[in-house]
Amino acid sequence: MTARVQGSGFRVQEDPGQIEGSGQALVRIDGLTVDFHTEDGRVRAVEDLSFDIPKGGTVGLVGESGSGKSVTAMTLMRLIPTPPGEISAGRVEFDGQDLLSLSESRMRRIRGKRIGMIFQEPMTSLNPVFRIGEQVAEVLRQHEGLSRRAARDRTLDLLTQVGLPRPKQIIDSYPHQLSGGQKQRVMIAQAMSCEPDLLIADEPTTALDVTIQKQVLDLMGELQARYGMSLLFITHDLGVIAEVASQVVVMYRSHKVEEGPTEALFQRAEHPYTRGLIACRPALEGNPRRLLTVGDFMTAEGEALEVPSDRLLPQVKRSEAELDKDKPLVEVTDLKTWYPVTGGLFGKVVDQVRAVDGVSLTIRRGQTFGLVGESGCGKTTLGRSLLRLTEPTAGQIVFDGEQVTAADERALRRLRKRMQIIFQDPYSSLNPRMTVADILLEALREFRPKASRAEHRETASALLDRVGLSASHLGRYPHEFSGGQRQRIGIARALAVQPEFMVCDESVSALDVSVQAQILNLLLDLQEEFGLTYLFISHDLSVVNFISDYVGVMNEGKLVEYGTAEQIYTHPQQDYTKKLLAAIPRGL
Amino acid sequence: MLPRYILKRLLGAIPTLLILVTIAFFLIRIAPGGPFDDDRNLPPDILANLEAKYNLDQPLGVQYLNYLGSVLRGDLGPSFQYSDFTVNELIAEGFPVSLRLGGSALLMALLFGVIIGTIAAWRQNSRLDYLLMGSAMTGIAIPNFVLAPILILFFAVYFGWLPAGGWGGGALRNMVLPVIALALPYMAYVARLTRGSMVETLRSDFVRTARAKGLPEWKILGKHSLKVALLPVVSYLGPAAAAIITGSVVIEQIFGLPGMGRYFVQGALNRDYTLVMGVVIVIGVLIVVFNLIVDIIYALIDPRIRYE
Repeated sequence: MTARVQGSGFRVQEDPGQIEGSGQALVRIDGLTVDFHTEDGRVRAVEDLSFDIPKGGTVGLVGESGSGKSVTAMTLMRLIPTPPGEISAGRVEFDGQDLLSLSESRMRRIRGKRIGMIFQEPMTSLNPVFRIGEQVAEVLRQHEGLSRRAARDRTLDLLTQVGLPRPKQIIDSYPHQLSGGQKQRVMIAQAMSCEPDLLIADEPTTALDVTIQKQVLDLMGELQARYGMSLLFITHDLGVIAEVASQVVVMYRSHKVEEGPTEALFQRAEHPYTRGLIACRPALEGNPRRLLTVGDFMTAEGEALEVPSDRLLPQVKRSEAELDKDKPLVEVTDLKTWYPVTGGLFGKVVDQVRAVDGVSLTIRRGQTFGLVGESGCGKTTLGRSLLRLTEPTAGQIVFDGEQVTAADERALRRLRKRMQIIFQDPYSSLNPRMTVADILLEALREFRPKASRAEHRETASALLDRVGLSASHLGRYPHEFSGGQRQRIGIARALAVQPEFMVCDESVSALDVSVQAQILNLLLDLQEEFGLTYLFISHDLSVVNFISDYVGVMNEGKLVEYGTAEQIYTHPQQDYTKKLLAAIPRGL
Repeated sequence: MLPRYILKRLLGAIPTLLILVTIAFFLIRIAPGGPFDDDRNLPPDILANLEAKYNLDQPLGVQYLNYLGSVLRGDLGPSFQYSDFTVNELIAEGFPVSLRLGGSALLMALLFGVIIGTIAAWRQNSRLDYLLMGSAMTGIAIPNFVLAPILILFFAVYFGWLPAGGWGGGALRNMVLPVIALALPYMAYVARLTRGSMVETLRSDFVRTARAKGLPEWKILGKHSLKVALLPVVSYLGPAAAAIITGSVVIEQIFGLPGMGRYFVQGALNRDYTLVMGVVIVIGVLIVVFNLIVDIIYALIDPRIRYE
């Protein structure tokens, strides 16, 4: 039973002003309410949500984490585990059928066959122990009843279509042998294998580098045009939405707050949340001194606020001549960090991975040096090498006139109090069994062993207050905080020893845009207040542009370009830099 | 790459076995008494003759080197107690019995453990899950020397369905109770291990992908989840095999089976140096080989593991 009657069961669009496209809706969501039964009682994940997905059109679903967008997608697939989940009210109609009342076996014939889905994490979304070919072919054998051989041929064809290099080799590879972008292409091939009517893409490019993101978005657009399928594109990134979707639905705290054509929405968003969301993403030019956040547009209760005019003062970057007046704090000369690759019967070193390969740079006091590059370019290793958390192979690091590379154990300990690092994952870098007080006191005792416990607690409260938390948080454990709050704890811990230099390694990458803006503002405030010097490592070019005085572009272990933020972003010299800049989603 | 890896591992096992042999050799010599200290009091000159015959009169270091030399030639020496047999002969006789007992127990533990664990994970937090895991906990808590007599009491003494002991030439009837008694605690452990790992795997992203592909539940469970979930179970097989080998020493005693374990106990009691050493070496080699097999199976299941 694979034949289906085209056009049957479509209802005429009642409100043509809402939806572009063919005018017919493939999916109609009407008054959908989804609850989860947890230990703390019933939690409403989606409330009274209604929107349509036109046939052949693309709808972007935007919102921060926890806003209910993924739950909506999973409800469309009927993959919400019940219990604890419960679809309490509403209808979901797909091509005229009521999805929510279908039997499980009929629903299985829709999943993978008529609705395909790709997920945020290409790294973990493929089964690590089966070959790529087997995982794609499995869908074809399940739904199209193809023989093993026919399914393999078709798989090869699909892998070619999604633009994978050497598909004949990849078909017999395992997921770990592929890069993130390649895995996402495999996921797309898998989701497209039965030519579905609807493709649900849940943050499909969030975990990818900008250049790869651009390739994946282009591919999805191309496939959509070829097969005329509808697309539900879920993301927290408005820049991406503007590139792919003609319609946008904005969700906030389980509710739809706004809906409309993308262009109109970007130009005159009505809901304060949407306006905040658009404003909080750093642009490549014309940023305010501090980024606006959703909190500038509305209160926690949802009331609209007038943005005070002083929040809109433009950011003024210092000129190169002015910047060069500051004294150098960190001087790196020809730094190399190589990892040995061992092999052979006795584990002898057969090769070297040149993670950092001859980098020289100067970071001046009170400035921010932004380091950009794609994953695997060596930027994290460079950051860790500066603090000798990873031992450099060769080269020289001088911190405030003192040799870091030659420092002995004691000198290094002393130096590390002046140099701190904040990591990407605020959850795994905080000990889950220590309270916030323990975490801060540990650092404080190290810094000032002679002070009393009461004094330390006082300092800890002050630190929390400074990073936007309060003393009442001292007794809590890391898991009780949100991602942004945890990052604040990480910053407070780093500040505890009153450092001069901080390495921020992808410190805002895992955060929602609005929270990201808050943390960036905090870092800037702290820099102003304490004269901190930052090495800011990120794959996000817009963020680096906003926060940095100087920017370095890294590729394959080398610093390919180096200059003031303005020079790099407006007059890139190297092809690699130009390619990176061209891949940034422009928004509207 | 694999043959080279196996060679490397086997080479790596040589020092391990050498240390094992050395420690065992001197440990048993430290124990008071000797092989000829039984109830008949031997005249001193006969004892001296006996000791000379077996080279026991030489310095310990020389004996050790001699022994090492003969082991390297594949000769485990004569048995002091069973003077008509060499240790090689005794082991050749007992080893197949132990291997069958241990092998069957391991297979049974693995097969039923995995099935029970998978069912429990599939019905996570249901009554069935609690029942299965409750039983498993009991199984782990009861040592096999307690379980064996209970099994004998019921199935041999009260119901008379199965023999209470003896090998019976390796008949299935004789195997049932010892295998169950030996396997049960490990089966229970494997079940708990499988359940835990399966519950975690079922929550993973790739299982969500499998569901989104519209695969039927049995494929999601039996194919996508099980292969990944089995990895910790496979790692447990190494220690489990070692424990089953040592456990069989007790079980062979209780059921009166003519396996290697019997020689181990009797050899130790009689200070039958060469016999004890022979069994220690065989068990040592067995554990080394089994751990190697486990690592190879692990690599076959998980392509991310590459042994070089």
